[in-house]
Order: sequence, then structure tokens, then C-alpha cells
Amino acid sequence: MRYIGESINRVDGIRKVTGALKYVDDIKLSRMLYAAVKRSPYPHAKLLKVDISKAEKLPGVKAVITGKDVANRVGLYLEDKTFLATDRIRYRGEGVAAVAAESKEIALAAIGLIEVEYEELPAVTNAVEGLKKDAPLVHPDMKEYKWGPIFFPEPGTNISNHYKIRKGDVEKGFAEAEFIVENEFFVPHIQHCPIETHSVIAQRDPDESLTIWSTCQSPYAVQKALSVAFNLPLNKVRVLSPAVGGGFGGKAGTTLEGIVIPLAMKTNGRPVKLTYTREDEFINSFVRQGLHATIKTGINKNGKIVAVKNTFIWDGGAYTEYGVNIVRAGGYASTGPYDVPNVWTDSICVYTNHPVGGPYRGFGMSEIHFAIEQNIDMLAKKLDINPVEIRRINGLRPGGKNATGQVVDVCGLQDCLEDVVKKLDWENSIKQSPSKPNRVVGRGISCAYKAPSMPNNVASSAIIKINDDGTAHLMVSAQDIGQGSDTVLTQIASEVLSIPPNRITIKTGDTDHTPYEWQTVASRITYCTGNAVIKACEDAKEQLLGLAQLKLGIEKDKLYLKDGYINSDTQPQKKIAINELALGLSLEDGSGIHGPIIGRGSFIPPGVKNTDKQTGQGEKPVAFWTYGCQGVEIEVDTETGKIEVLKVASSFDVGKIINPQLIEGQIEGGIIQGLGSAIFEELIISKGVVLNPNFVDYKIPTADDMPEMIISFIENEEPTGPFGARGVGEPCMVPTAPAIANAVNDALGIRIMSLPITPEKILRALKEK
Amino acid sequence: MKYDIHFTLNHEEISMTVAPNRTLLEVLREDLDLTGAKEGCGAGECGACTVLVNKKPINACLMLAVEADGKDILTIEGLSQGTELDALQLSFIDNGALQCGYCTPGMIMSGKALLMEKPAPTEEEVIEAINGNLCRCTGYKKIVEAILAAALKEDKS
Repeated sequence: MRYIGESINRVDGIRKVTGALKYVDDIKLSRMLYAAVKRSPYPHAKLLKVDISKAEKLPGVKAVITGKDVANRVGLYLEDKTFLATDRIRYRGEGVAAVAAESKEIALAAIGLIEVEYEELPAVTNAVEGLKKDAPLVHPDMKEYKWGPIFFPEPGTNISNHYKIRKGDVEKGFAEAEFIVENEFFVPHIQHCPIETHSVIAQRDPDESLTIWSTCQSPYAVQKALSVAFNLPLNKVRVLSPAVGGGFGGKAGTTLEGIVIPLAMKTNGRPVKLTYTREDEFINSFVRQGLHATIKTGINKNGKIVAVKNTFIWDGGAYTEYGVNIVRAGGYASTGPYDVPNVWTDSICVYTNHPVGGPYRGFGMSEIHFAIEQNIDMLAKKLDINPVEIRRINGLRPGGKNATGQVVDVCGLQDCLEDVVKKLDWENSIKQSPSKPNRVVGRGISCAYKAPSMPNNVASSAIIKINDDGTAHLMVSAQDIGQGSDTVLTQIASEVLSIPPNRITIKTGDTDHTPYEWQTVASRITYCTGNAVIKACEDAKEQLLGLAQLKLGIEKDKLYLKDGYINSDTQPQKKIAINELALGLSLEDGSGIHGPIIGRGSFIPPGVKNTDKQTGQGEKPVAFWTYGCQGVEIEVDTETGKIEVLKVASSFDVGKIINPQLIEGQIEGGIIQGLGSAIFEELIISKGVVLNPNFVDYKIPTADDMPEMIISFIENEEPTGPFGARGVGEPCMVPTAPAIANAVNDALGIRIMSLPITPEKILRALKEK
Repeated sequence: MKYDIHFTLNHEEISMTVAPNRTLLEVLREDLDLTGAKEGCGAGECGACTVLVNKKPINACLMLAVEADGKDILTIEGLSQGTELDALQLSFIDNGALQCGYCTPGMIMSGKALLMEKPAPTEEEVIEAINGNLCRCTGYKKIVEAILAAALKEDKS
């Protein structure tokens, strides 16, 4: 292969290092107006009255809207939200009205003039409490909502999805167990913290068409939601995503677009921009859902896990249009990457009066693995075997069965485990001595798996057009949110067409001009869009070879593309440049046939089917699984309780590496994000109020927190993947936090059952010990 | 009340009138259409708006525009000349030191300030120099490598 497996420089590199790339907030349109949002000071309240009359009179104000202007409910999986509150407030910060004005200052002044009457209601500020019979209802109208067939809301309660796994006989399994451990874990809300906050510009033309520039991961998902919200045909809604300054799931689905559009409908064609402040980003965009997990695990005397019983109670926040699928994913993956014959899982999504839970890199998996991987270590200790050995015994292998009963096909988990063991010299080395007095060294390990958590039949497409000079344009709506998809998809096209990457220009993110893509989420783009790109390029290739057959008089199946030419081994002297065929074939008599070469490719993951509603069992519930393992070395200061992560070894089975430098970058970034969630990050919410919506009080890792990272890969090819590749962008952050938690136990003999593992928690546990 | 200010911006002389409450970042982005410096927090916490003022890295969101009077300011746009990129910019690309790109201009300007002061920094000095610049994508490793590699290259040439 020429281009697959090469560290080709990012195709978007020059525009990014020069500051030339325009992100949404960098765009300034003629006569642009600026928006601001009036937000609720209560987490749960009836919205009695919104008086906008004073705001409307303020000079410079061009439009004011309230919930009446956005009354249609929308949602990706469950239609439970409106873009502004209509009759009820469900979290502190929810929008009740919005203004468009000549300047940001005027818009903010106008917001201050909007008078709102509320009747405060008792709030649900804890998901476990929200399950109680007498808990206030966050969505009393749930029975009127629409939802997808794979979700199970329970109207009349706060449960918006109850996903079940019933595999084998869990009571019989526990009866066979030598040891049983049962523990409760808590994973708090965290925030994605992309350095770019959300930003949207909307403009309506006199012909009723709407143009939206949105910093979004998924322009087609935004287009669909807006079409539903405002009763607009899709051909009148154009969504552009010119660049995305970090997503991590936070810019999946829709957030603020629906606030800006009704404003733009009232400004006589003037565009309206809304950019979130960092505080908005922390509170009013998606946050990662909280999780209360209870895990009971039984093991027999040979170290084999015989039964698992899980209760996952997810704090979904005020709206769970997206969150219901996180809960489903947490359910179907609820054993972790282990082969367990008897499983009982209840994964329950609970509405609370907290910020809106949504997709966050590796959703569901980071949360449940924090619990699963610590429980496994505790079982190992009971049986007096080491943490590596218990994973060797129970880790999934080809031919094994996962929690849904699916038979495992390709799986390099054991290879990844051995790889990490080797890289950390786990079994031979003795513990290093600490670098300073009062410090203790610890080592921890964690396995992980993840599948793309998406509906079964999500679609991707790609178009490639060959230009007159033999260069090409590749068009997709997969978004490069930093992960490098522009480069990887270009490399894939280069490989199929034998056109070097610098002669292919990729265009993305414009629903008027680039073809359909469901969403840039779920570590699915290299796999799904990659497959669509292969198909598009093969289509173009087929057309080129067909014309070359006529021109050269050599059968098509003997022809191949190489370096801009169509060649054959049979008659190497006869060849033709693809630019001679790019616009069709000219015949001897001066006539022409075929016309321009345009390849198209469409893809849906093959054979992914629903699981059984009652048992969660199924033959192929997901497109593929990505398996991996990480091991860490840490030092803990017993006087301050501070953890320093010294070293992380990571190994994932990625099927096939398309670009070594980019994939390494994904893993490094994932490790550091996992490290942040392990020891720093928590959205502190008290009575529905987020107390730390800024980078001083919510610390994310800086360069100083970076450990040594040893990164390696296993390549067991994915049968349906492009050149054998599978996704890894999310899975790589899943094992980091549990590995650190296990290392804390190794160092100090204490178990911290909630994230983040702060110095306070460590000192308290040491004191109690 | 507005103030007349005169300063050098990316090697050009600029004269303009600004209100006293406007930040340098607002003036750069909104009035001068130089959008390379980003606003990530507006509070000096993330470093995405880093520009050089008299060769020192400054959070432009915390500096008032009036303070620019008489100063020499360099933004990411002034680091390259047309299609000629600065060695540090090239090093970021070659070392894979960027992903989403939103922190990149600020990160490069912090790195540039370090290299202007210390042409051959140690790894610790690089980490210290970019410690005020948040990146959520890369994990920082390749950024540190890119700055060190650029230093090495300059040193050799």
C-alpha cells in the first residue's frame, strides 16, 4: 500500500497553524446582529409569564423571542426538548427568551429588561432520589413524547429509558461463586471543555431559505432537528460547519441553533450570531451524565467470573433526547470486556433538574469501566491472584460471548493486555522507589472495550469528482473536529485511486453541497465514512477503467490505476493518463462519450440488528467492538494526597493503522483527557446550581500534568472495516481513570469509589484506614 | 471618551481610536479582522488569545487596547509571510502537534516567545512556557516535541 499506514501531514495543517482557518465565531457577515439569552435562575419552576415589552423598546434591539416561537419538541432519540422553555423550567440556566441586537452590549442590556415570573417547584437534584415514588416529575407530559423503538421510557416516572440485560441465570451463577463482591461507585458530571465554545450564525433569505453556520459535529443532524422544530422542508435549511474547535461529543446533535433561528426569522434578512461564553459552555451545552453504579460480581475458585448483577442509575439531567442512548450503550456493554455467562443489568436513565446530559467521548464506557475494572481487581485480591491474571482468565477472546450473547469474532484484547504487561515490565520488575520522601509508588491496569453507540442503520455517503487535470475533489459531511478525518479520508481515496493526497482536496460540512452523513460521533468516521469513500472511489475507478478499455483495447479486469495513469501488466507500453478521461472519452471521429467522472459511495454498517427488548440479547447489536488495555505507574504523596501519573502504557487493537502520527495523537489526547477525569474534573452541582463553571475552579490537565506515554497497537483487521480499520478515538480514554484508581489501591491499599480521585479523598481514606 | 493609539502590528504601523473599555482581543478580532487569536474563556485562563507584545506572550483578552499604544504586537497572522511559514509553524505540522486547531495560534505564539528568548530551551522550559495554554485534543506531547524540534532546527541552520 502506498498511502495507508503513512504519517502524512494533516491536510488542514497550514490553515490551522497560520490562523487562516475561519471558525464560526471568526465569521463576520454584513449587518450582523448579536444575540443574548435570558436564562432561568431556578432549577425547576413553572414559567408563568415572560414580559418582553421593555426589551423590545430598547434602541438597537431588532428581535425578541420566547418559548412561544420554538414550541415544537425535538430530540435525536426522544423528542423531549424545546430550544427555549415554554411552560416549565427544568434546569438552572435554561433559556426563556432571547434577543438580537446591533451589538452584544445592547443584547445583554435588553436581556436585563425582560421580566419573568416563575413559580419555583421542588427539584430533583439526585438521580437515585428521582426514582422514588414521591419524587417531583421533571417531564409530566412524557406520554405525549415520540421516541425511537429501541428506547423504553416509563411515562408517569422520571425514567426516560430502562435498558435491560438478562443473560443466563444470575442467581444460579452467584450460587456457584467462591467469592462475591458488591460495591457502589459514583461518577460525577464532567464537561467536554473544547477550547472553542459553541457558536452559531443564522440568516434567512427572502425566499424563506435558512442558512446556518454552526460549530457542529453533525450538520445533517442539525438540519433534521431544525426542520422538525420549525416545520421547514430540508431543501430550505442549509447547515454549514466550517470548522470545529474540538467536539468530544459536546457538539453532536443540536444545542443553541434553535435559539438563533427564530431570531433570524424576525430580522428582515439580517444574520444573527450567538457565541457561548465559557460559563455557558459549562452549563448550557451538553455535560457528561453522572452515574450511580452498583455492581455485584461473583467469581469461582478458578478465577472465572460466573455472574454479574448491575444497577446503573444515570443522572440524565433536564432533557435526555440524546442521553437515552448512553444508557443503552452502558447496558449492552455492562460486563466490560469479559466473558460472563450470567448477567443481569438494569441501566436506567433518570431525569433530574441538572444540566443536560449528552454524548461525551466514549459515552457510557468511561463511566461503567471505572466501576467494573475496580471490582475485578477486588476479586483478584480475594482470590490472591494478580490483576493481570484475572484479566487473562476472563478477558474476551474470539469465540467467547459478550453481555448481549453476541459471539466474539475478531478480538485482540489478550494481545493488548500482554503488550501492556510487557511495556511496563509488569511481571519482572520490582516496584521503583519513589522519587521523593512521603511518596508511594503504585501500578494499575485496566482493560476496556467500546462499540460505536449509534442506531443500526445510520448512513454515510461520499462523492469524488475527477478534475480535468487528474486531480480530484472528495466530498463528505464527516467533520474534522481535530481527530484528523480530513486527512485519513483523503489517504483512503488516494489509496484506491492512486492519486497522491496533495492532489485531492476534501470538502466537508455543507448540507447544500456535501452528501449525507449521519453524525461525526461514536468513533465511526474512519469506519463508516471510510467505507463510503472506498465505494465512491471504486465507482470512479470502474468508470475510468471502462473508458480505458475502449481506448486501449485491453480488458477492464487487466487494467489498474497507478500514479495518475491507467496501466496493464499485459501491454505496459499502452497506458493512458486519467486526466484524458476525466471529462469523458473522445473518440477518433471527434465525438465523445460518458462525460465527467463522478464516483458515489453509500454505506450502512452491515447486519446490525436490534436486541431483544426483554433480555437485551442479540446476534450483532453493534457494527464492531474496539478492545484495548492501559497500565499506569503513579506516585502518591501521602502528606498532600496528590497523585502524579508518571507513566501510561496503552495498547489498542485498531484493526489497521491508516496514519500512525494521527492515531498516536488520538491516544495521547485520550489518555490526558482520561487523566483529567480521573484526578481533577467534576462539575460541582449544589441544589441544581453549577458552582465551578470556569477553568480556575474546574481544572483540566495542562502540559505539566503530562506523563510519559508508551503507545502501541495491535492490528487484527476488522472484516468490514476500510482496509481493516476500526475506530479508536473514544475507546482510548476509557481505561485511563480505572487504571489510575487501581494504582491508588496498589500504592496505598485504599479504594476510592468516586471520581475524581482528589487529594481530599485520598487523605480521608488514609485517615480512615 | 475614546483614545488615539499608535502601535506596530505584524510589522505595520497602525493608528486608531479605541474606547477605553475594549480589550486588545476585541480590537484585533472585531475591528482589525485578525481572527487567529481566539477567545476561549475571556478571563486569561486558557491562553487561546496569546499574542506577543514587545516579544512577551500576553493574553489579549486581559489587555486593554489602549495599553497597546507604542507597543510592538505580533499575532499568528504576522508569523508567516504569504505562503512562507515560520519554522515553528512548520514544525507543528511535521510533528502532528495540532488537532482541532483552536488552541494552536496561541500555543505557537507562546512557543515563539520562548524561542525568541531562549533559542535552545530544555523540555522543562518548554512545558513551563505553554503551561498557560490549554489544549483539550493533543495531550501536549507532540506540542512539546514540535517546539523542541523547531529549536533544534534553528540551532543547526
